Amino acid sequence: MGLILVAAEVAEGSPTPLTLELVSHARTIGDEVAVVVMDPGADAILPALGAHGAARAYVGREPAYRDYLGQPAAHVVSSLVDRLQPSLVLFPGTQEGRDLAARVSARLRLPVLANAVDVTADGDAFLVRTAIFGATVEVLTRTRSRSPLVLIRPKSFTATATGAPPPATEELPLPAEAPLGARRLESVVVPSAGPGLEEARVVVSGGRGLQEAANFEVLEHLARQLGGAVGASRAVVDAGWVPYALQVGQTGRTVKPDVYIACGISGAMQHLVGMKGSSHIVAINKDPDAPIFKLSDLGVVGDALKVVPALIEELRARGLG
Amino acid sequence: MKVAVFVKQIPDPTGVGRLDPETHLLVRGGAELVLDPGDANGVEAALRVVEANGGEVVAITMGGERAAEVLRKAMAMGAASAIHVADDRLRGSDALATARVLAAAVTRSGCELVVAGTESTDGYTGTVPAAVAELLGWPALTFAKALEVDSGTVRIHRQTPAGHDVVESSLPAVVTVTGAINEPRYPSLRGIMAAKSRPLELLSVDDLGIPPEEVGLAAAGQEVISAAPAPERTAGELIEDDGSAARRIADYLAELKVI
Repeated sequence: MGLILVAAEVAEGSPTPLTLELVSHARTIGDEVAVVVMDPGADAILPALGAHGAARAYVGREPAYRDYLGQPAAHVVSSLVDRLQPSLVLFPGTQEGRDLAARVSARLRLPVLANAVDVTADGDAFLVRTAIFGATVEVLTRTRSRSPLVLIRPKSFTATATGAPPPATEELPLPAEAPLGARRLESVVVPSAGPGLEEARVVVSGGRGLQEAANFEVLEHLARQLGGAVGASRAVVDAGWVPYALQVGQTGRTVKPDVYIACGISGAMQHLVGMKGSSHIVAINKDPDAPIFKLSDLGVVGDALKVVPALIEELRARGLG
Repeated sequence: MKVAVFVKQIPDPTGVGRLDPETHLLVRGGAELVLDPGDANGVEAALRVVEANGGEVVAITMGGERAAEVLRKAMAMGAASAIHVADDRLRGSDALATARVLAAAVTRSGCELVVAGTESTDGYTGTVPAAVAELLGWPALTFAKALEVDSGTVRIHRQTPAGHDVVESSLPAVVTVTGAINEPRYPSLRGIMAAKSRPLELLSVDDLGIPPEEVGLAAAGQEVISAAPAPERTAGELIEDDGSAARRIADYLAELKVI
């Protein structure tokens, strides 16, 4: 229905997977898809955005859009939304997407819906499905405003290319009156080994039940045997046992591996929302009433610190390192 | 300096959340009501800023009568005063209306730094602090796992998927903190006693100069049509570990052709 504007994100010269999911879905519910890319590296991703269905691109190449948190980009994107009057604006449900959507909402007095997992057209409005309480409850909402802003969770849609040519572009310069605000001085990258959490076929995750940081080593061993990646609950990330990069859940990564093995994770709503899309779930926890067992295909009531080492031995006996 | 901290009363997150079948609003009765654990990190972070720089913390909440409990808790931890925006007309307010109310309360408090949790543990919307910053025309330094304020400059370590970014701005500013930033202190008995006599200002939307027709359920930019349990994954096999669980898991992984 009408024009749908999608806020696109760039990572290492490519559109993020979530960006392509949004553009692909926008094509199915809108008459025309436009993207807005506020990043000095925007040009590199335009062909891919076009191939996924973006007919028009509004491009902000100023370094300020990347070097300052949200404020300059929100100033410019708000003006664009006001000018285009799109029927819907989709934002990636990321840290940057959230900050941007919140600011545009405040500037234009437009409603913002977060944590959406589906959006469909309904007459002259949209139906938005959001997942709350750790995705145990789904709420269906009907928009009743012009240009509603919707933040979409990763992996809600499938990215599909049409092979269309690169979009027609228009430059978005930084107006002199735009505020700059908070500046990124430095980016510190913590290196990680093995497959990325989001791509791994097997994810082995640990929580408080592992009792201390050093015990994460057994999970790493198991993940190596299975060619998988290690994840963690927010509780142990907040406790400083493992870096935030490993966090699975609402504020961390969303994973959908073939097999998810939850070790000593009780299943807080925060966590479940990030892993309930896994094809198969194995859980090991001492508490037979732990919520994680409600969605596990194979649940083991037991001490992860005993079961995981025993599993490593069992796999070794079957010929796996 | 005066530092505002946003706090929210939520149903105990270790319990199961529930929506009213008629109104589709969060049921706040029944479950035990607590200070959002993420906000406890915010109170702690705000207290540490004034302990290092001088000044005082003002706790701010929007909510029903009972929400005053979380303001007393914040004052028991060390906040000097509190602002409680309580008004029946705010019921059902969306994220934008909430941000407008909180921004107006910050202006009234005279604070030059706002600390908030990254997102509430019940709603998870996570857009209110940045919207408040935009309404005030301030920068927002979000997802902080470390915070330092020194002679008018705010510097944070912002959690990123790859590590962290060092982000800096001048005051005034809004900062959102993650659970990784600190270990919140427990209120002392002396703190709890002192909190009872600290000033708590009760405000309505009229006091804040916000037109009542622009907040609450009727003004929300969307209407809830239905709320239903998500399609359940059915629980599968549950076994007790009697020493053979490792073999059973290995068999299952073999069935799935993972090994």
